[in-house]
Amino acid sequence: MTQLALVIDLNVCVGCQACVTSCKEWNTSGSAGPMGDQNPYGADPTGTFFNRVQTFEVGEFPNTETVHFPKSCLHCEDPPCVPVCPTGASYKRKEDGIVLVDYDKCIGCKYCSWACPYGARELDEQQQVMKKCTLCVDRIYDMTMAPEDRKPSCVKACPTSARLFGDIHDPQSAVSLAIRESGGYPLMPEWGTQPANHYLPRRKTRIKIHEDELERADNPLKVDRQLPRPAMDEPTLDDVTTW
Amino acid sequence: MHPAFSVIFLTTLIGAAQGLFLALFTAQSYAAFKLLPQPDAHAFYGQGSLLALVLLIAGLGASFFHLGHPERAWRAATKWRTSWLSREVIVLPAFMGVVFLYGLAHWLGWHPVMMTLPGGLPVDPSAILGVAGTLLAFALFVCTAMIYASLKFLAEWHSPLTVINYILLGGASGFSLAAAFAAYTAPELVSFLTGWAIIITLLGLVGRAASLYRNARLKPKSTLQTAIGIKHPRIVQKTQGFMGGSFNTREFFHGSSVGVLRAIKWFFLVAVFPMPVVLLASGMQGATILLAAAFLVQYAGLLAERWYFFAQANHPQNLYYQSIA
Repeated sequence: MTQLALVIDLNVCVGCQACVTSCKEWNTSGSAGPMGDQNPYGADPTGTFFNRVQTFEVGEFPNTETVHFPKSCLHCEDPPCVPVCPTGASYKRKEDGIVLVDYDKCIGCKYCSWACPYGARELDEQQQVMKKCTLCVDRIYDMTMAPEDRKPSCVKACPTSARLFGDIHDPQSAVSLAIRESGGYPLMPEWGTQPANHYLPRRKTRIKIHEDELERADNPLKVDRQLPRPAMDEPTLDDVTTW
Repeated sequence: MHPAFSVIFLTTLIGAAQGLFLALFTAQSYAAFKLLPQPDAHAFYGQGSLLALVLLIAGLGASFFHLGHPERAWRAATKWRTSWLSREVIVLPAFMGVVFLYGLAHWLGWHPVMMTLPGGLPVDPSAILGVAGTLLAFALFVCTAMIYASLKFLAEWHSPLTVINYILLGGASGFSLAAAFAAYTAPELVSFLTGWAIIITLLGLVGRAASLYRNARLKPKSTLQTAIGIKHPRIVQKTQGFMGGSFNTREFFHGSSVGVLRAIKWFFLVAVFPMPVVLLASGMQGATILLAAAFLVQYAGLLAERWYFFAQANHPQNLYYQSIA
């Protein structure tokens, strides 16, 4: 069985918000749209977004790290928002595991948003229905697009490739590999929701530099250093002696 | 959570209506076994059912204000296998229908004997409808409360005390209303109903105090560490991703100060429990004004109680929305 998901690398995310704007642009004009804004140029603007990037500071000054944290629907394998829906508007697709909302059935009771511990659902003030990330379901199966474009628009937009997309139930996929080999983890595992989206942790980046890497091994013009001059009867040896 | 007045009115109004119906049928059952004098059925049971029905319709009306698409509300009856909200949507109209028929049977004086109990007690349609209504009233209490109690992320609600308190507080306000109503229509039942109203109110105090005690000692299961998966003990949010508000900041925060929260808690603790008990006890001999005041004070207190019930619940999603910048 397929479970499509995003794997987000917190070690690479620079918090540029490109995925936020690209998501909004695609989805406001796609089948999930419009994603209305209220008072967009006023003092207190608000609007519907499927994807937000937040920033956290970890540690105490001066030993701090800034962590940019993209946040969207995690497409849980056991989504608590689905069974509480009284109309069946909220559902999880069997074929690919995407959690979706049928906007024609949603009555806007907000109960599903209460049942989501991640705050991934937002009520659209304009349409008065619940909205959330669709994993760009209207993109990833669009056969009129080039195969490399059949990915969620946030993934396409990310300039640092912090977002991977694929089937986490396929052990050979890039996302499964990333989760397995790079310590991928789910959010709030204590609730047993089994989020499909995973996050890759921050990593310590260390470079071990050896002595011989600091000078040019091949040093024909003797710019770096004069090498010992051999005696007249000794053989000359490239890189070891100067003659 | 942000307390929505639509839901506050829905739960308190239908709670009082369910309690009132239970009071009516309790009185009828006692009278059937000759433990109470027979009241004027047309006035007490008939008009009493009408009063309950009015409260139920008002509650149902209030609930529509909670919906983004009220015209699609009928769809909410479809997922009763999994959703307590869907179950409530089915049980509420069923209960309304039974209350209507129960009131109609008394109103029209329709009392054909349908069967006889072993003791020689005649059973008429109102008795059968009364039993059905009683079962539905309790089912409705359970459905309404389970909407909240079934959400495991909201630890303040995720407890059997939620169900117990919805039953006790709805019952208390319903019996207080029945006592005040009996002062007008069936004075011979006033002391009986007042007595039960006091008992249920005191039981409600025990239940609500227990839930307040429990909630004050809850330890949140989710932390910022599990929310973003970074184990460092000191994490501070610098931005939540936007500077204006969003649905997440409007729906899940009550936005009131600790002082307001505490004031509302003490207001409802006084207005729902001791004040109605004192008023009911002093009005037990049939002082109509005191009994009416008891219900009104208790109902006002219950509005505050329900507000506090919502405001106190702390949603784990709030971990992600702590700082604007």
